[in-house]
Parts: sequence; structure tokens; C-alpha cells
Amino acid sequence: MADPMKIRATLVGDSTEVRVLMSHEMETGQRKDAAGKTVPAWFIQSVTATHNGKTVLSAQWGPAVAKNPFLSFKFKGGAKGDKVQITWTDNRGEKRTDEATIG
Amino acid sequence: MITMLRAALAATAVALGGMLASPATYAQAGSAADEIEKYRQALQDGNPAELWEARGEDLWKKPGGPKNASLERCDLGRGPGVVKGAYAELPKFFADAGRVMDLETRLVWCRVNLQGMTEADARRSPFGSPERKSDNEALTAWITSESKGVAMAVSLDHPKMREAYDVGRAIFFFRGGPHDFACSTCHSEDGKRIRLQDLPNLTVKSGAQRGYTTWPAYRVSQGELRTFQWRLNDCFRQQRFPEIEFGSPASIALTTFLAYNANGAPFAAPAIKR
Ligand code: HEC
Repeated sequence: MADPMKIRATLVGDSTEVRVLMSHEMETGQRKDAAGKTVPAWFIQSVTATHNGKTVLSAQWGPAVAKNPFLSFKFKGGAKGDKVQITWTDNRGEKRTDEATIG
Repeated sequence: MITMLRAALAATAVALGGMLASPATYAQAGSAADEIEKYRQALQDGNPAELWEARGEDLWKKPGGPKNASLERCDLGRGPGVVKGAYAELPKFFADAGRVMDLETRLVWCRVNLQGMTEADARRSPFGSPERKSDNEALTAWITSESKGVAMAVSLDHPKMREAYDVGRAIFFFRGGPHDFACSTCHSEDGKRIRLQDLPNLTVKSGAQRGYTTWPAYRVSQGELRTFQWRLNDCFRQQRFPEIEFGSPASIALTTFLAYNANGAPFAAPAIKR
């Protein structure tokens, strides 16, 4: 299973700033291994963020995003102690969800 | 010797795409360096090294090895289990082992003595790849992160530490190999770079401080976190020297030399580099 994400959520004025690090190879499908065989594409395809169960961000990604991606975004609202949940799904159907508390 | 180095650098650059192919390009080093600096600044936000730190903390606390023991009783020099600030005082002479050790060698020792692993298992794949993640890199990332901001304070009071420092210094200036290079060939002048990489002058305090306290680092170009043992390994390769053995006395001596020269500077890793 994929390693956990590292999520930080902080209240800045009237919005919440979220910073997420994801552990993922993000293979483009263009690279060849030492034996000359193409390394199959393997990348995060969709990312969603929810705040108290309500979706605040939904993104579709492709193979051009770097390995171990860093995502930073803001949404209006949020209060200290609220939960922010992030889910990614990759093109192999693997999924990972992690949660952070707004501080 | 300078001419020879220039020629060698130009040759490397041509081979790798010609970014430093002419003296004219070289003269623009200042502005290029500014742009590289901007790129580095942009990378600071969200260092994936934190993913290694998280995995390392987990590995430290989780029981493992044939003895199913955690590493929490491992003595990194400040007493069993004390991690905070430990890296800023390493390398150090360890009486229980009877020799000078850097962090990565000490981890091998603890995994053998506390977790019951064989020496060979504990040393296997110290540098990871996507196919095989390295426990050494993860543990080192977490332990070093617990020294962030702590001033480097390596002591040479023990005679074995003094000896390691002197040996490290001798290796640093020892020229050999097909290019007749020493570490000092690439690292003893200010304002030099190879391609886009600044070459720190490791013979002056500020250079040693910057060069040492920013390792381990997440290498964007490799998508991996690399440790100081890896740094030495790669510079031996650049120097066209035989591969340096992981955790060998020579690697610990060089680390002692550079770590001591960095004394006084706040430790600033895990960092992020191109
Ligand atoms: C052929 C030139 C060359 C030689 C010889 C060489 N290095 Fe390096 N060294 C480099 C380059 C290039 C870098 C920067 C690499 C990068 O950023 O990708 C570097 C980086 C370093 C760094 C990290 C500096 C930083 O700021 O990140 C240290 C420490 C270091 N070298 C030590 C050594 C030691 C010790 C030796 C001798 C065993 C040595 N080097 C020999 C070229 C060399």
C-alpha cells in the first residue's frame, strides 16, 4: 500500500490553507528501464479534498506531474479543529485517503 | 592545474549537453546562479523529504528484526533513545563498539545489536530506488530532522576522533585516479561550478558549513532522499576513484573532517536540491 500523505491545514484569516505531500512514483510511461523495456505509466489521476464532508477541491492529473507531488491550495471557511480529508486515485485504481485537523 | 580542471569541466559539459561549453557561457555564471537560486527557493515549499521522515520515525518505533525489537533503545551518542540533537554531534567515538561512527554506521550497529539482524542484512541497499526503498535513508531522514536548527558541535577530544579527522583531511587532499583528482580539485576554490551545480569551497568554514549541514537532501532529479554516505559515494564516482564502501573507515574519516569543519553552523537538513 502507498505511504501516507503528509497534510497540513492552517487557518489564515477567513480561509484555510492546505499543503499536501503525496508519496507516488508518477511514472510517465515514457521511461525505459535498464533492460530497455518501457516502464508502464503509473500516476495519480484524480485528487479530491473535502472539508467536513463537503468537496472543496477536485482535480484531474496526468503523467506530467512530478514524482512525490506537492499540492497547495486554499478554500474559504474552515475552523480550527475541523477535518480536511484528501483522497487520490491512480490509473491502476489504487486509492489512498488521509486526514488532517485544521490548526 | 586550473587549466586542466577547466578542460575537464568543459569536456564533461559537452558530453552532457554543452551548458558550460565555452568561456563566454562561463562568464555568465553570476546571472545563471541567480536564476538557479530562484529555482531552489521555489522548491523549498513542500519538501518531499518529509515523506521519508515520516517513514523513518515509524521504522524507529516499530519492532523489527529477528529479535522483534524497536530501535528506541539505540544510543546515538546522547544516551539510549535520545534522538533530539544527536546528529549535530556525530561522528563520535562509541565505547561499546570501540570505534568512531557516523549516523549511518551507528544505525547498522543498532540494527545488528538491538534487532538481531546480521551485519550483511543491516548493510544491504543503503541507497534506495523506486523498486526498493531504503530503511537507511528513511531512518536517517527522521533522525537528522530532529537536529534541525541545532548548532553543529562535533568534538575531537577523543584521540580516535582526532585520528579520524586527520585521516579525513589527508584523503580530502589526496590526488589520484585517471584524472589525478582530489576532493580539493573540485572543492577548494570559491565561485566554481560544474554545469548548474555550485561547487562549495569545502576548505573554508562557510563552505564546509553550507556543504555539510544541507545533507541529507531530497534530490528532485532522482526523486529520492539521499544521505551523506550517498554524497561521498557519488563524489568518489565523480572523482573516478574506486567505489567507496558504505560505512567504511575512510567514509567516516571524511565525514568527521567535514562535520567538524562545519561546527557552529545550525544544522539545516533534510534539505531539497535540484
Ligand atoms: C570532479 C569534481 C568533484 C570531485 C573530485 C569531488 N566532488 Fe564533491 N561535488 C561535485 C559536484 C558537481 C557537486 C554538486 C553535485 C550536485 O549538486 O549535483 C559536489 C557536491 C559535494 C558536496 C555537497 C555540497 C552541497 O552543497 O550540497 C560535498 C560535501 C562534496 N561534494 C564532497 C566531496 C568530497 C569529500 C570529495 C572527495 C572524495 C569530492 N566531493 C570530490 C564535484 C566533485
